[in-house]
Amino acid sequence: MTKTRVALLSTLALASAAFAADKMLITGAGATFPYPLYSKWFSDYNKLHPEVQINYQSIGSGGGIKQITEKTVDFGASDAPMTDEEMAKAPGIQHIPTVLGAVVVVYNVPGLEGLKLTPETISGIFLGKVSKWNDPAIARDNPGLKLPTANITVVHRSDGSGTTYVWTDYLSKVSPDWKAGPGTGKSVNWPVGLGGKGNEGVTGTVKQTEGAIGYVELAYANQNKLTPAIIKNRDGAWVKPTLESVSEAASKVEMPDDYRVSITNAAGKDAYPISSFTYILVYKDQPDPAKGQALLKFLWWAVHDGEKTAATLDYAPLPKSVVHKVEGTLKKMTVQGKAVLATSK
Amino acid sequence: MQPASETLAARRPGRLTRIAEPARRNFADRAWAALLTILGVTVFVVALFIVYALCKLSAGVLRHTGLAAFVLNSQWDVVRDVYGALPFIYGTLVTSVVALFIALPVSVGLALFLTEMSPPGVRSLISFPISLLAGIPSVVYGLWGLFVLVPVLRTKVEPFLAATLGFLPLFRGTPVGLGYLAAGMILAIMILPTITSISIEVLRTVPMSLREAALALGATRWEAIRMAVLPFARAGILGATILGLGRALGETMAVTMVIGNSPTISASLFAPGYSLPAVIANEFAEASGALQTGALAALGLILFAVTLLLNIAARLLVRISTRGPVRGAA
Repeated sequence: MTKTRVALLSTLALASAAFAADKMLITGAGATFPYPLYSKWFSDYNKLHPEVQINYQSIGSGGGIKQITEKTVDFGASDAPMTDEEMAKAPGIQHIPTVLGAVVVVYNVPGLEGLKLTPETISGIFLGKVSKWNDPAIARDNPGLKLPTANITVVHRSDGSGTTYVWTDYLSKVSPDWKAGPGTGKSVNWPVGLGGKGNEGVTGTVKQTEGAIGYVELAYANQNKLTPAIIKNRDGAWVKPTLESVSEAASKVEMPDDYRVSITNAAGKDAYPISSFTYILVYKDQPDPAKGQALLKFLWWAVHDGEKTAATLDYAPLPKSVVHKVEGTLKKMTVQGKAVLATSK
Repeated sequence: MQPASETLAARRPGRLTRIAEPARRNFADRAWAALLTILGVTVFVVALFIVYALCKLSAGVLRHTGLAAFVLNSQWDVVRDVYGALPFIYGTLVTSVVALFIALPVSVGLALFLTEMSPPGVRSLISFPISLLAGIPSVVYGLWGLFVLVPVLRTKVEPFLAATLGFLPLFRGTPVGLGYLAAGMILAIMILPTITSISIEVLRTVPMSLREAALALGATRWEAIRMAVLPFARAGILGATILGLGRALGETMAVTMVIGNSPTISASLFAPGYSLPAVIANEFAEASGALQTGALAALGLILFAVTLLLNIAARLLVRISTRGPVRGAA
């Protein structure tokens, strides 16, 4: 057992540059949202390649961007793409999309299931213009449902988060009033409502407060069996948030080379409109020969084999078209100026 | 040998004077003194570094908005880089005052009961769970507040207050549950053990002879407490209150879970608000750009200043209140 492992290791060591059979530690830091999936990936990958150990600190997207900019970690991770200003501080950085996340609307009205909401109604509610559950705007789209006269209590995230970024990005796209008002950001100036800390804080407050409405991550909603609202997408179809409808939102988008693209309010009959990529941030040219090579190989593995485990943890896998594009990007990436994957694959 | 210090000690009996300096100190003494000096100075230096770091981080935003505008502006809009600290200062002060308003009478009453009235067996039975309260992590208080206290406040306490005391602007508006009142009540429970246990220690230092004298003069038990015990312990209880207030001002986790996290200013205690430590904890991890980080550091600086001012005020209060004929125990 140990002998075969040693043999395996030495072949690998021979195959890769001149690196000895030492354990290699790759460190990363960033977003908390993909953390459960990433830690599964790292442990799965470690089983396949025992010499590569990846250590990830889920300190938040902002911290991940800061650390990769200062090059204190080998890769960063972020839910929202880096801004132009941030990109300028980290020349040569590359976004690699890994999986998709979505934001779902949850509510607490006893006996009310299958609530349908249009983008206009959602922005109206979060702007404080629609304040009663039996408002004509809600009643029009839900003819069969019995709506109470109760007030609507809006619940939002109080901590800065990628979830809020995606949510406000969507609202800004569908509502000019929202764009001119609170705008897009990880934390915004909410016109109405209560703030809950984290997905669990929002969920807790929504569950406690009759008549409340809030937004949480799809993965979180699925794991906690929350009933999400059905949203009308850009093509006018009513869409439930599922892993398929989220992946669908990413399949038709025109993808730029740096992958910094918003897929909220995406086109497509089956596309769920409030979704986004989450990214791993790496430098296009890796400075450390052994680590760089291992990192690129891991990323290759992640977007191929890794995607298969994503769905079991409630993350929507990348659509084929995006995986194909990422393949091209990874092949172009270099370690000390030399391409690695193009030759070895 | 040292006449000066001897006379000093003689002049002020019962007071600790500085330990008389031996003429020729040996090495161990000097080394010990040096070590203690270094330790003492370290604390001071660390505090200075914190202030320095906060000043440096917040310099940009304070130049951008101006200190007065930053403190007095009530808008907090990260997207547009508009930063005002007033709602957070207001929320911190209001929740702390509510906490003291609830905790102080309960704590002092409890301390009086335990030292003056209760049989010894009952005392240990009650004081044990009180000290246990001090050891509960604040996130547990927050969770308890969110899932137990807030629903009770929304469905029972707040409607009751609105019905009975609704003529005050403090108790108007829709009962939401989350808000200043919830945060104040959680804080009250959290600072209760601090105030109670220190008050007990202070009340124990009141000489028995004072109580006996009052009782011998025909005072009732209440009169003895009011006229003999409490005046003696006044400064000590004040000190206990200040320690409790310090904890209330700086509490982060429990407050952010129940205050509603809305940077607004409302007269009603039912309304959601925000506090200085809560917004720092919420936004710092994902703060983007130097201005937002700086604004959060500036809030830290303000929290520092508020705590300092309240401590100074409290010390002055202690000094004034101990100038009377009866000297305090603290």
